[in-house]
Amino acid sequence: MNNSRRNFLKVAGISAFAFSSGLAALAPEKVGAAAIGKYEKGSKALDAKRWAMVIDTRRFASPADYKPLIEACHSAHNVPFIPAADGSGREHVQGIKWLWLDKYEQTFTDDMNAQLPAKVRNGSYPLLCNHCTNPPCVRVCPTQATYKMQDGIVAMDYHRCIGCRFCMAGCPYGARSFNFMDPRKHLADPVPNPAYPTRMIGVVEKCTFCAERLAVGKLPACVEASDGAVLFGDLEDPNSTVRKALAENYSIRRKPSLGTQPGVYYLI
Amino acid sequence: MYNKKYVIVGIIVFVALFTTPFWLGGMGGGEYTRPAIELPKGEKECVEPVEYMRAEHMQLLNEWRDEALRNESRVYVSSTGKKWEISLQNTCMKCHNNPKEFCDKCHISNSVYPYCWTCHIQPKESK
Repeated sequence: MNNSRRNFLKVAGISAFAFSSGLAALAPEKVGAAAIGKYEKGSKALDAKRWAMVIDTRRFASPADYKPLIEACHSAHNVPFIPAADGSGREHVQGIKWLWLDKYEQTFTDDMNAQLPAKVRNGSYPLLCNHCTNPPCVRVCPTQATYKMQDGIVAMDYHRCIGCRFCMAGCPYGARSFNFMDPRKHLADPVPNPAYPTRMIGVVEKCTFCAERLAVGKLPACVEASDGAVLFGDLEDPNSTVRKALAENYSIRRKPSLGTQPGVYYLI
Repeated sequence: MYNKKYVIVGIIVFVALFTTPFWLGGMGGGEYTRPAIELPKGEKECVEPVEYMRAEHMQLLNEWRDEALRNESRVYVSSTGKKWEISLQNTCMKCHNNPKEFCDKCHISNSVYPYCWTCHIQPKESK
């Protein structure tokens, strides 16, 4: 009995192997051939070794002065405004933020000085993704949905985002928002910018330093709307506008002690 | 071998059921007819020849996505030397402005359900 079962299994195994390998040999050779064309950058694309932003907060007197920048950003990228459930008109705690405002102590948490000019202490500061040189969000992303590009921009591929929110836990700046609900429900129809996609429920999103605008030779939307108060350029180029601004003014960055090396500088 | 006749009959029945898709498909009846799709009006050429697009458009779209998003190469130079901006929403859908009559016809008959339009904006004409 044992012997015959053993033989039966042997024959069954060998025939299964022969059958399947025979089938595999019949299969077509070419599966998923690569594209037959080539890829290149746009002729007008702006390029840099390390994109960086300098925000001259001295030129913004009140939170209202930042409004055109936020509106330019959010309408260019179809970022929804999700109102709070209590009807107060404020943003929902699960709202989406690409460019937003916060108080001094929330912005520069490393600053320990008890005494500061009232204007600095009571001011509002624009916050966005810092496009760090050492981005913690990229390190923790399990699917490489977020990644650092050669020009220093920390970008997102929403196709690959599985919504695990590790990046939100990793980011020390709170720059990432999760789509708890379908963003299209809170957007006008048609969307503010029909040339740019929206996001879907279950993915994380954030500021992209307007990579899609740089690719066609335009500066980021907030920079364009700021009338020169927000500068954008190559940090590695000594003649760039950002390097000149940083050479002539004292600047600070958010949470420098963490070593993430943010690419957004504030002139206070 | 115990219960020889039951075991052998059982194996034959199992093999027959397991291979139904092969012999049902092979015995005629499985002839696939392409659904009639509506081609873009006024445009003769896609980014690549039609046979290539029909077979490989999904690989091409995947490559386009990775090249544009990760390498910032947002221009595709086709095998005929023509340059195209890499964008599903702004390049593909400019000509293929009626996905219901173009994309969906084949996708549905092949039981393929890509979820492009949860993020990308569908052309207005199709709504």
